[in-house]
Amino acid sequence: MTKKWFNAGWMQQLVFTGPATIAFSIIVLLPFVLGMYYAFTDWNGVADTVKFVGFDNFVAAFKDDSFRSSFAFTAKLTIFAVILTNVVAFLLALLLTQPIKLKNILRTVFFLPNVIGGLLLGFIWQFIFIKGFAAIGKSTDWHLFKLPWLGDEQTSFWAIVIVSIWSGAGYLMVIYIAALINVPQDLTEAASIDGATAWQRMRHIIFPLVMPAVTISLFLALSWSFKAFDVILSLTKGGPFNSTQSVALNIYTEAFQNNRYGLGTAKAFIFFLIVAAITTLQVWLTKKREVQA
Amino acid sequence: MKSRTYNGKTFTMEIGAILLALLFLVPFYFLIANSFKSFADILLDSAALPKSLQWANYEKAFDIMNFKKAFSNSFIITVTSVAGLAVFGSMAAYRMVRKPNWYNNLLFTMFVAAMVIPFQSIMIPLMKVGNWFHLINSIPGIWLCYLGFGSSLTIFLYHGFVKSIPVEVEEAAVVDGCSPYGVFWRIVFPLLKPMTVTIIILNSLWIWNDFLLPQLMLGPELRTIPLSTYSFFGQYTKQWDLALAALVMGVLPIVIFFLFLQKHIIEGITAGSVKG
Repeated sequence: MTKKWFNAGWMQQLVFTGPATIAFSIIVLLPFVLGMYYAFTDWNGVADTVKFVGFDNFVAAFKDDSFRSSFAFTAKLTIFAVILTNVVAFLLALLLTQPIKLKNILRTVFFLPNVIGGLLLGFIWQFIFIKGFAAIGKSTDWHLFKLPWLGDEQTSFWAIVIVSIWSGAGYLMVIYIAALINVPQDLTEAASIDGATAWQRMRHIIFPLVMPAVTISLFLALSWSFKAFDVILSLTKGGPFNSTQSVALNIYTEAFQNNRYGLGTAKAFIFFLIVAAITTLQVWLTKKREVQA
Repeated sequence: MKSRTYNGKTFTMEIGAILLALLFLVPFYFLIANSFKSFADILLDSAALPKSLQWANYEKAFDIMNFKKAFSNSFIITVTSVAGLAVFGSMAAYRMVRKPNWYNNLLFTMFVAAMVIPFQSIMIPLMKVGNWFHLINSIPGIWLCYLGFGSSLTIFLYHGFVKSIPVEVEEAAVVDGCSPYGVFWRIVFPLLKPMTVTIIILNSLWIWNDFLLPQLMLGPELRTIPLSTYSFFGQYTKQWDLALAALVMGVLPIVIFFLFLQKHIIEGITAGSVKG
């Protein structure tokens, strides 16, 4: 008898989808909805009563110079990191789809930085930029290595770009390799016979066929850069003079250091809207350009 | 297409690739070489090889960052969360594929849509929710968080894979008197294995390396490796001899994990992202 109700349709629904749905509702949905509410209040994280303040937080967020400059920094980082990481990854993938002997070992090497978490990566590179570069500069006398890399606004930005490429390129490379292997060889060979140059083959055959991989890689790189937090926290702490403060870091500081939770959630909501819009738009745009082999 | 024979051009490319790989490894050289030096030697010349191996750096860093405790915290949190995600994620995805009624479709759409929500955009109210449900500073609490955050991608990936499994294999088992749960565990779940490997790998790398969620949720007793590294750097800024040894120990477990399972990891990542 007990078996009967246990096997009933509603019970199955509960057993199979229940645990994931409950966890998801408590951890993602509830905070998401609450966030939308708190964004319109003066919540400070401690007080029991919160006051409804309308759009004040949003106005304050847009007027906040540190928030605006964190957006400018994040946008700039995203542009450079997304393009450069993808270019490097694609070139590495092209190289490793050639019949070279060590390609498996090389693939492992290029991928390796990616398994290390952002926080530890940032600390490792902090040492490289401060002590390692100085040592290289001393022995080679190259100006490039003698710059105060993390002490200057310009070079700190590039330091973060370099670390982003170093850690992200291997991952995207793996995706590009999988796509390149699937380009049918007879197509490129036929084009060769018809007199297409290497660049023409790349432009008209390989690029359109690896477009799905481009979609994925752009999407991934975009979301890495937009949500950049760990690496920046450990590499520059947002400095010098807050010049490398990402939006995520700005939100974190606003809420957990300045205790302005209402303002923080308003900023977080703006952040969500922009990330969601960009990623949706980007996937839609590149999907349109995909072709079937 | 380029010729498949190994000629001068390929050889040049091979050399170029090796040089690039060495360039990629330079940070590891600096990290490891200096972790064995005395503080004075690091300041003197950080590019040189260590004159003698200062194991004392490691001993000190091991104690200060309470590495044993941090490692076991990281390990317990990662393993239980990943197991939870694989079990509950596959179950939910299975039901959603096999019973595509309106509420299951709505549920699936919600899980997928939530993938565009960045963690930082809901972390502030999450702390409030964490207080209500007593999730703060507890392993079951952070376990539930990982289940919630990880379920979107996990269900999405399993959903695509379950679709490729023919219903006929299940029908045979039902005829043999298998319960609906038995059908799932004995027939379907084993068939999901390739996707389970992908899911375990993607989630392990993410959870092991995650910093922000544990930073918000866990107190000093439950520190994971990234957290204890962070607090170590807070106290011993510029004490590079100890800091680098701590970093090497911090990176080592995940690097070993990768080197042992690299074939599965690289395949898993390809499979996971091509579907995503």
